[in-house]
Amino acid sequence: MRRFGACLAAAALSVTAVTAMSTQEVQAQDKELTLCWAAWDPANALAQLGKDFTAETGIEMNYEFVPWTNFADRFINELNSGGKLCDLLIGDSQWIGGSATYGHYVKLNDFFEKEGISMDDFAPATVHAYSTWPKGTPNYWALPAMGDALGWVYRKDWFARPELREEFKAKYGHELEVPKNWNEVKNIGEFFQGREIDGKTVYGLGIYTERGSEGITMGVTSAMYSWGFEYENPDKPYDMPGYVNSPEAVEALEFYKSLYDCCTPPGHSDAYMVANLDAYKSGQVAMQMNWFAFFPGIAKDEDVGGDKSGFFVNPAQKVAASTLGGQGISVVAYSDKKDMALEYIKWFAKSDVQKKWWSLGGYSCHVDVLNDPNFPNTAPFAGDFLKAMDGVKDFWQEPTYAELLQAMQKRVHDYVVAGNGTAQEALDKLVVDWTEVFEDDGKL
Amino acid sequence: MTDQSSDSSADGLTGQVAQNVAKATPAAVVRKVRGLSDRAIAWLFISPTIFLLLAINIFPLIWTVYLSFTNYRANRPGRPIEWVGTRNYERLLGNEDIWGYLQATAHFVVWTMIIQVIIGLGLALLINRNFKGASFWTTVILIPMMLSPAVVGTFWTYLYQPQTGIFSYIINLFVSVGPIDMIGSVDLAPWSIIIVDTWMWTPYIMLLCLAGLRSIPDYLYEAAEIDRANAWQKFWYITLPRIMPFLMLAVLFRGIENFKMFDMVVELTSGGPGSTTEVASINLKREAFEKWRTGYSSAFAVILFVTVFGLGNIYVKALNKVKQ
Repeated sequence: MRRFGACLAAAALSVTAVTAMSTQEVQAQDKELTLCWAAWDPANALAQLGKDFTAETGIEMNYEFVPWTNFADRFINELNSGGKLCDLLIGDSQWIGGSATYGHYVKLNDFFEKEGISMDDFAPATVHAYSTWPKGTPNYWALPAMGDALGWVYRKDWFARPELREEFKAKYGHELEVPKNWNEVKNIGEFFQGREIDGKTVYGLGIYTERGSEGITMGVTSAMYSWGFEYENPDKPYDMPGYVNSPEAVEALEFYKSLYDCCTPPGHSDAYMVANLDAYKSGQVAMQMNWFAFFPGIAKDEDVGGDKSGFFVNPAQKVAASTLGGQGISVVAYSDKKDMALEYIKWFAKSDVQKKWWSLGGYSCHVDVLNDPNFPNTAPFAGDFLKAMDGVKDFWQEPTYAELLQAMQKRVHDYVVAGNGTAQEALDKLVVDWTEVFEDDGKL
Repeated sequence: MTDQSSDSSADGLTGQVAQNVAKATPAAVVRKVRGLSDRAIAWLFISPTIFLLLAINIFPLIWTVYLSFTNYRANRPGRPIEWVGTRNYERLLGNEDIWGYLQATAHFVVWTMIIQVIIGLGLALLINRNFKGASFWTTVILIPMMLSPAVVGTFWTYLYQPQTGIFSYIINLFVSVGPIDMIGSVDLAPWSIIIVDTWMWTPYIMLLCLAGLRSIPDYLYEAAEIDRANAWQKFWYITLPRIMPFLMLAVLFRGIENFKMFDMVVELTSGGPGSTTEVASINLKREAFEKWRTGYSSAFAVILFVTVFGLGNIYVKALNKVKQ
């Protein structure tokens, strides 16, 4: 009987202990957030920054970082299925139309007002691109989190070689310097294509040619914007003929194809950010286009960092313009921890947090960071980042952006890489595709 | 007579077992089951399977056919579903890009089948000679088939890399043509996926052919020897007709698989350059899960299903004729 009593007491103790542990576990789970983003260098910086948030609030941060190739598929499916995986999501700028329209993101206006967070504290271009829907209206669905644009990197050490500079000037009649327009980009590309440098064959340019997600569109538009490309009639929304397939747009697309044909390394037919980075870091190309987000990593790279690399903003042809990258941070409407997620947003919007975010390698959009007179001196690419953000242009941010993007991916890849048809035909077909999408969506 | 007696003894045994089972069955169950006919009991047993089949195969099929006549989009739950009649089908069949994807699929299926049958049959004839180490080489040849298509696609992108890949290197050992861009060239990309599929799936054809070859009785060849048939005659009049059903079955399985090929091609070329290798299933995935045109993509899926089903049926009839 005594033995039975002892067993009973032990069992009761175990149950109590297990219950206590489970309660602690539940409480611990209750005090944690999951933030979803792409797996890249800035994400690691954000994870580092997040430790301060945990120290300040006791809320543990978990991260779901997905490679860029699957980023859109993974998280758009998550949103469409009403998934609870992400409490906070740093989603692409183009997702904002769909996410606002279909209720995936929490509208932040009331919260901003209550907490005294002003959108005037963030660069206007980033607020417009990352936060608002409908575009330009004061309806905020995200806090600008990571400013980004498409820029260029070049081998400063190769450009500095006297024999190359001399040969280049003799051939093209201008100095081997940072290109001022796209013609100079091509000259440099041609000059380095197939050249022997330090006993190794090198090539001209790493440009975006990727077919599957958004790569070639981001690359092609960086040329088209410089030629003054417009998506639609500024006075008549969704009126595209004569704009999307304008003579300037056709010329820019033809030029981009000529770059692909003349100056890229063999096999560069499906290349996006990582492929360009690899080509550049391995000393294969003289210049590459890539997102500013990667520039801190390049500046610190053992092989091509330091004085070996220089950075420049997307060159103008007819106008100065850059393709917009970057993202805003949003609270997912299906999250059970919206209050804690909003607490994170409040913390992240603080000026000192934003300063630390920039120092760790993230691109802050806060005016306290960007308007600091010393900002251009804080990194070799900081000044160019400011210039780029002054003239950014984004792809459609419509709820149907994925259809619009896929259509453009197909049409421009068909022309640029596969060499089918002409630039005019590619853009004419694109107008037809986009018109059909907007008709289906009831916009036309 | 012997057969009859053994049959009756077996019947007796079965009857005894049945009686024992009947005795062991609880009375309540007996009362319930007594009223059921044999056919009803049979239905009772197969009904879970039928239910599952209906739930996971037939219902989705019917639902897909229904959706193909609507403007449904799975990413817009609140939007009313409108009946659009045959509009999705008209758009699909009037879209020249779709015919391009089907052409790319047909090119892939036809060439992989031709090449794999020739090489697979050749390998099977070789392995069937039972030389020393035949089992080892059979295992080695089967290895590619055991890998995941996504993994195969990924590592072949490295092998095809024009500057550092071994494929270009080996070709250049024989013909000096410089770096070969298999994936980026419009002319070579369709062949790049055919080569990889052939590398991966020829062992499967070989395996089925080998099964066919091992089922041919030796006395047929012995009789042919007596008739002084030469090697070609033996192959043409004995081997080929005997293994033809196996070969056709292998082609049927691989043909259906290749018609819906997705993972390996996505990893290798993503459908590029342009849309050169955009086989039907890749485009279907883009329409369904990137553009979220659920109704439209359902119509495309129905067209593909009817095509495969129709071709499959014609083929099976031909197969039955060969068997006869």
